Amino acid sequence: MDAAELLLWARGPGLLLAVGIFLFGMLLKLAEILLLGRERNLAPVRASGVGAGFRTVFRRSFSMDRSSLKTSLFVHLAGYAFHLGLLAAIFLYTPHVQLFGALTGLTWPALPSPVVDLLTVIALVSLMALLWHRLTTPVLRLISTGQDYLAWALSFFPLLTGYMAYHHLWFDYDWLLAIHILSAELLLVFFPFTKLSHAVTLFMARWYNGMMAGQRGVQS
Amino acid sequence: MSGASLERGLQALREQMDTPVAAFFSSCVHCGLCAEACLFYTETGDPRYTPIHKLEPMRRLWEQEYTLPGRLKKALGLARPVTDEELEAWRPLVYDACTLCGRCSLVCPVGNDLVYMIRKFREGMAAAGHAPEGLIGATTRAVKTGSPMGVTLKALQAQARHVEQETGLEIPFDREGAEYLVLMSSMEVINYPEYLAAITRIFHRAGKSWTISSEAFEATNSGIQIGVSDIAAELVQRVVDAAEKLKVKTVVSPECGHAYMALRWEGPNLVGRSFGFEVKHILEVLDELRREGCLPLEGQETVRMTFHDPCQLVRRGGVVEPPRNLLRTVAAEFVEMNDHGTTNWCCGAGGGVSANEEADELRLKAFHRKKRQLEEIGAEALVTACANCRIQLEEGLEANEMEIPVIGLTELLADHLAAAEQESGESS
Amino acid sequence: MKKDAPLIELLREYGVSRRGFLKFCSITASLMALPPTMAPAIARALEQARRPSVIWLSFQECTGCTESLTRSHSPTVEGLILDVVSLDYHHTLQAASGTAAEEAREIAMKENWGKYLLVVDGSIPLGNPGFSTIAGIPNVEMLKEVAEGAAAIIAVGTCAAYGGLPHAAPNPTGAVPVAEIVKEKPVVNVPGCPPIPVVITGVLAHFLTFGRLPELDGLGRPLAFYGNSIHDRCYRRPFYERGQFAETFDDEGARKGWCLFRLGCKGPITRNACATTKWNNGTSFPIESGHGCLGCSEPDFWDMGGFYNAVSEPAMESGTAVAWGLAGGALAGAAAGLLNRRERKAARASHQRVTVDDLKREE
Repeated sequence: MDAAELLLWARGPGLLLAVGIFLFGMLLKLAEILLLGRERNLAPVRASGVGAGFRTVFRRSFSMDRSSLKTSLFVHLAGYAFHLGLLAAIFLYTPHVQLFGALTGLTWPALPSPVVDLLTVIALVSLMALLWHRLTTPVLRLISTGQDYLAWALSFFPLLTGYMAYHHLWFDYDWLLAIHILSAELLLVFFPFTKLSHAVTLFMARWYNGMMAGQRGVQS
Repeated sequence: MSGASLERGLQALREQMDTPVAAFFSSCVHCGLCAEACLFYTETGDPRYTPIHKLEPMRRLWEQEYTLPGRLKKALGLARPVTDEELEAWRPLVYDACTLCGRCSLVCPVGNDLVYMIRKFREGMAAAGHAPEGLIGATTRAVKTGSPMGVTLKALQAQARHVEQETGLEIPFDREGAEYLVLMSSMEVINYPEYLAAITRIFHRAGKSWTISSEAFEATNSGIQIGVSDIAAELVQRVVDAAEKLKVKTVVSPECGHAYMALRWEGPNLVGRSFGFEVKHILEVLDELRREGCLPLEGQETVRMTFHDPCQLVRRGGVVEPPRNLLRTVAAEFVEMNDHGTTNWCCGAGGGVSANEEADELRLKAFHRKKRQLEEIGAEALVTACANCRIQLEEGLEANEMEIPVIGLTELLADHLAAAEQESGESS
Repeated sequence: MKKDAPLIELLREYGVSRRGFLKFCSITASLMALPPTMAPAIARALEQARRPSVIWLSFQECTGCTESLTRSHSPTVEGLILDVVSLDYHHTLQAASGTAAEEAREIAMKENWGKYLLVVDGSIPLGNPGFSTIAGIPNVEMLKEVAEGAAAIIAVGTCAAYGGLPHAAPNPTGAVPVAEIVKEKPVVNVPGCPPIPVVITGVLAHFLTFGRLPELDGLGRPLAFYGNSIHDRCYRRPFYERGQFAETFDDEGARKGWCLFRLGCKGPITRNACATTKWNNGTSFPIESGHGCLGCSEPDFWDMGGFYNAVSEPAMESGTAVAWGLAGGALAGAAAGLLNRRERKAARASHQRVTVDDLKREE
């Protein structure tokens, strides 16, 4: 198989397979969670939890506990840097915007490529730092499972291969592009079945947390 | 079949898995930030006290029984089953090193309500027979004698008589149609009789009718702490029956965090119906009286005072402003600790930890967080509104040779009650 | 014209000056990424080279490749070189026809057995030998026969190199490229639809100069010409970097000459020398004329997901996959979700009341 064939497979059947599995898995995951059900609250509430739920969905992205911020400044900084870099690389890079446009019919403005490039470097460096942190911190060593490292690798490789393809590093561009697309497809395929899906389910988690606290009159 | 067993524990856990639990477990990325929010971790540095780690057996059961990849793993024999040995190993994590304070639920970046899950995990642990001795004892006493500390009605009545002599005011037992049904915590009966005296004087001054039920005076709920909803419901039902029998408008939870949470937020869900009366914490009632102008206060404390937020009252209960409104009226120098209100740090003894002797050493270590908080602001007096917190705070301060008095907010207010204008006109 | 006179003399006869010849040699050297000092070596080799015999076979093709070589707007050195090689058989260009033409081929093969160059344009149909024949001989047979005595084979154009248009889905004739028939001889692919003339002559020049074929990439293309992508050498690259894209062919961006990526330019994944050598005597190349690169020197460029879809867009219609994924997920999700719900309800229904006597194990 040559690069062109691999690339064509990645852009064609591979992509469709990955998108299909991703959608299948996500619907499965969401249904598994939502259909489980929960008990209705019978205690008279101080306020409807709905608004509080949505507030928490939004605010948890920014609200930080002062004490933890002091003790884990590194995780906060690296975590933000990685997530922002990853999101920018995925959603604000021109070729990707084009891809989402073709898949969904929606387009939005992209960032200049060198800016995405810089953010990608930041994300890569943060990810490596976070891996080092995971491997050396007692708490993280204790609670980390194989899935955490799998999720790390699945996030790291599309970024790395994308960066290499953009800069034509070490290998032919066609190979890099093909491998980059395949690595992103691997990410899509694993997404619903690993904790990568937190990117979607965290909105539910925050909503339930905020809603239940909100009913008690607490801004969570 | 009676008696605890692993199967009963697992079955109890299966009942507990719901949509929020599935959403929470799905979302955890093992970032470890919950560790920094847990005083058992911050004060010991032991990674086993990371809140999400305390839930690991429960997470695995959820994964194996409620997710497709987990079911596949189980079918292929690749999943490690939850065992008795594992649950036993987790007992110190779930009971000794968690006060259900809920600080982790507040800081989790993906929004996991961890304490919601620990509360549920305890259902499985208790049914599997892995609850600590101390809590089993307290729960048994609560069910059999009506009080986790074995306080009997006679003891309360004796104390009431004493208070009546001291104040010259009547303590009305079993008065039908009273506005408020006042509950007590055993700790108050044993350690802080000042509380009963304080509310007697305050209700009298405010001209409100109130009563104590001889059938259900205990507000605390060991069933929730140990994690057995059946028992918790039975204890709540006693209060509900008494309140409805006496046709009171409002049941007043004493200065106790979890008693309030148990009755106010878990109560209706435990007994399966909403109540025909309101449930309020004494501080909510006092703040209402203050707003209505029925709580005339005079004089101010001049020492540097701070307020320790009982977790179940504030972060898990939503009574955030009333204690502050009240304290400001009587404290000239009221200073907040650096983390206060909903982000407060637990005293280290809530959630059943104080009833569990195995955790004695650990809870005094956990107190160091509060010690530093107090030192940071140079507090000269510590006010709180939970008898359980109060005992832990007093013990902790003593152990650390700190000379800071701990005061119940209700007593403090009673001390500043303005003298009545027409004392002679009063009859009862 | 003496048949075995050195090349340089023949060129002189065509009015090519020594200066023009040397210029061609240095351009060829630079195109092939050889050091400038190699130009005199190329010149010397070409000066002394005897006219090599070339047999040109055209199979399933459109004659565009031949046109590209011969229809330069003015005579070029590369065109002349082709003229002066002993093009013993090329059924479009030769005067002879019918039996005489085939005889010319057979004579040339016999006289130069083992030494002649075979140039092929067009793909070979394997579906049915009757799809394409010359003088009644199926393409595949003729290719095998002529290839046997060839010193080297050059597959000119994307059809010969990778199957090209005839090979496009659903490939009704079962077209295959030269390299799939000829396995035992080196095949140089000079893809393009059509290829750049100087690239064809450059390969010839290399063969004549060094007596061997140039270094090839994984797709059998001379690295010297196909080492870089169009995107790498494109003068519009800065617009790509800055995120300035033409959205339609007649918008402000298009008029300002912004990047054509979003309009489907395949420059990033196409390797060719268009952006440096350009076309029509160095006038321009497609992107310079305002149209994105089609990727014509790449395998299966007809089937790369549409000329006007960006490289990053799916190369296939995604609707079915999305529909299957959603339908499957909804079905499996409903099944798994309801199963979860049932298990939870069953656990609750079979709830055994826990009393204080149940808190300890029965020893």
